[in-house]
Amino acid sequence: MIMIFGIPGPLLFGQLLLGLINGAFYAMLSLGLAVIFGMLNIINFAHGALFMMGAFASWMLLDYAGIGYFPALILAPLLVGAFGIFLEKTIISRLYKLDHLYGLLLTFGLSLVIEGLFRNAYGSSGLPYRIPAILQGAFNLGFMYLPIYRGWVVVAALVVCISTWAIIEKTSLGATLRAATENAPLVQAFGVNVPRLITLTYGGGVALAAFAGVLAAPIYSVNPNMGTNFINTVFAVVVIGGMGSIMGSILTGFGLGVVEGLCKVFYPQASATVVFVVMVIVLLVRPRGLFGKAA
Amino acid sequence: MNLSRRTITLGGLASAAASTVPLRAGRAQAQPTIKIGCLTDLSGPYRDLAGPGAIAATKMAVQEFAAKGFNVEVVSADHLNKPDVGATIAREWFDRDGVDLIVEVANSGVALAVAGVAKEKNKIFICSGSATSDLTGKSCNASTIHWVYDTYMLAKSTGGAMVKAGGDTWFFLTADYAFGKALQRDTTDFINAAGGKVLGSVAYPFPGTSDFSSYLLQAQSSGAKVLGIANAGADTINTIKQAKEFGIKMRLAGLLLFISDVHSLGLDVAQGIALTDSFYWDMNAKARGFSDKFIAKMPGDRPTMAHAGVYSSSLHYLKTVTEMGAAQAKLDGAATVARMKAMPTEDDCFGKGSIRIDGRCIHPSYLWEVKSPAESKGPWDYYKPLGSTPADEAFRPLDQGGCPLVKA
Repeated sequence: MIMIFGIPGPLLFGQLLLGLINGAFYAMLSLGLAVIFGMLNIINFAHGALFMMGAFASWMLLDYAGIGYFPALILAPLLVGAFGIFLEKTIISRLYKLDHLYGLLLTFGLSLVIEGLFRNAYGSSGLPYRIPAILQGAFNLGFMYLPIYRGWVVVAALVVCISTWAIIEKTSLGATLRAATENAPLVQAFGVNVPRLITLTYGGGVALAAFAGVLAAPIYSVNPNMGTNFINTVFAVVVIGGMGSIMGSILTGFGLGVVEGLCKVFYPQASATVVFVVMVIVLLVRPRGLFGKAA
Repeated sequence: MNLSRRTITLGGLASAAASTVPLRAGRAQAQPTIKIGCLTDLSGPYRDLAGPGAIAATKMAVQEFAAKGFNVEVVSADHLNKPDVGATIAREWFDRDGVDLIVEVANSGVALAVAGVAKEKNKIFICSGSATSDLTGKSCNASTIHWVYDTYMLAKSTGGAMVKAGGDTWFFLTADYAFGKALQRDTTDFINAAGGKVLGSVAYPFPGTSDFSSYLLQAQSSGAKVLGIANAGADTINTIKQAKEFGIKMRLAGLLLFISDVHSLGLDVAQGIALTDSFYWDMNAKARGFSDKFIAKMPGDRPTMAHAGVYSSSLHYLKTVTEMGAAQAKLDGAATVARMKAMPTEDDCFGKGSIRIDGRCIHPSYLWEVKSPAESKGPWDYYKPLGSTPADEAFRPLDQGGCPLVKA
């Protein structure tokens, strides 16, 4: 057997792959955060709770309405996205003129309220959500046993991340969006409804979180705390990638997933902190983040 | 220094008591109030196995007991799985709010901290929801009782049965805090004693880990036959789910599984797993009776052994208080605990039992197997019995724990 740094080769490859899978979740979540921060200047701490709501929405669709996984993949983001739009219209939009800190506090409070409500209603052990029949089973890759579902998560995440990046960077809608962030009054003068654009952007970012939530539902038990486990890491990802940088958050998400995966082999006790160690180093060397533009 | 501090605290309490007496003297009866604090996990991974159900169980004991000659009040709080938070709440309760007894405390790290505070303040802590056997071992004290289960009992029952069935090589997946470490340590002792071997282990950060796949692959590549799952609650659920997902071929030893975990996993995932519980809601008529009363308070739930322990221990405490008089009981926690140890325990959940000098409450432990979906007759019909260990053998022998109270 090949040994790499004292670890059997097959085990190491397995860890790299698992790191990519976890990285897929980091990428999807940090992407939504980056989009929302880029357009709205809001640090959306409620992102984890909205991710959790996505998972719960898919569970509810199945349990109360008999709607399966694949329709839920579309419906749950729409439902949670609509909830996001409601939040933006009624509460968050009042804070645009204030300092970032207020947005952070508000969304943090919202996430506590949302998680508390779900905990009261559904407990904390989590609810079972089965992997859809077509994605059950596993590939034997020789060095590891890869569940088909996990492979699907990586593919789905990549497709969603790249499409989002393409929409923002390559389409005229994206160009309008970017222009509106740079200079809202001017874009408004051209007849673009900027407030509506911002609302829809928030809804879109939230829908991304909910999409990740649906993908996560069969892997982790659908649990009111599932977002909190992710959100701190995801914030570190956004900071490392560079606040507001779309491609930066995607690449950093996958990259840090791998770093964390390796840490789980070499020193598991530190696997929850390694991302923050990287964050500190990056902030010291490149305060704008790896992909952030200089102001 | 310590002595003077305690004297001051006692003096403070006495003056507080004195100041309340004249206020109440106007009423027909001036009854002392016994306060029970249920300190539990209301928001984390242990919420369902303890949490709101534990508060309900405390209140059940109080209502059923219908104390005469004193009032009983129940307060509750969330320790957030943080030992410092738990210790701070315990201090506030004892010092400021006049709490006499703290029950439950799921999370061994918090439990060890609260046991220290109870000793310092000469109050009482009866632990039901956490497992570390150190509570009655090297960290034992005269103010603390450990009621339901501990890592030694779980290791002996589940671990011992696994080794007997041929599972002689182990790999541990361990929550990196007091409980996980104690559980791994105690189980390792049994594996070694039986001629088995531990091939490796991984300690993961607690709380906050939800993906165990990486550790599961490490376990698999160790070549061990048994995966010792040294965690609890939502973490155990995720571990077992993901072991199934990744086709882990090892035998799973869920060293601490609650019925709430099995409920969340579903029988198709959990079937066949061996586990140890000292209470199962359907084990006999009395347990079913307790369960029915519990459901009336917590619709849609069934009591876990932690819930049963909170009920049973609160009941025993109230009996003792009645016997020794509430005023006396409020004054001296250690003396009350000594009286509790002298009295045999008896209730619907655990039957007859007793409390040892080291604070260990003893009763039989039961080994169960999770039923297959075909065997289960309906919701919550989850366990079938595999065996049992009598009370005097289920727990660590008195002389092996290293508890200073035993030597004295």
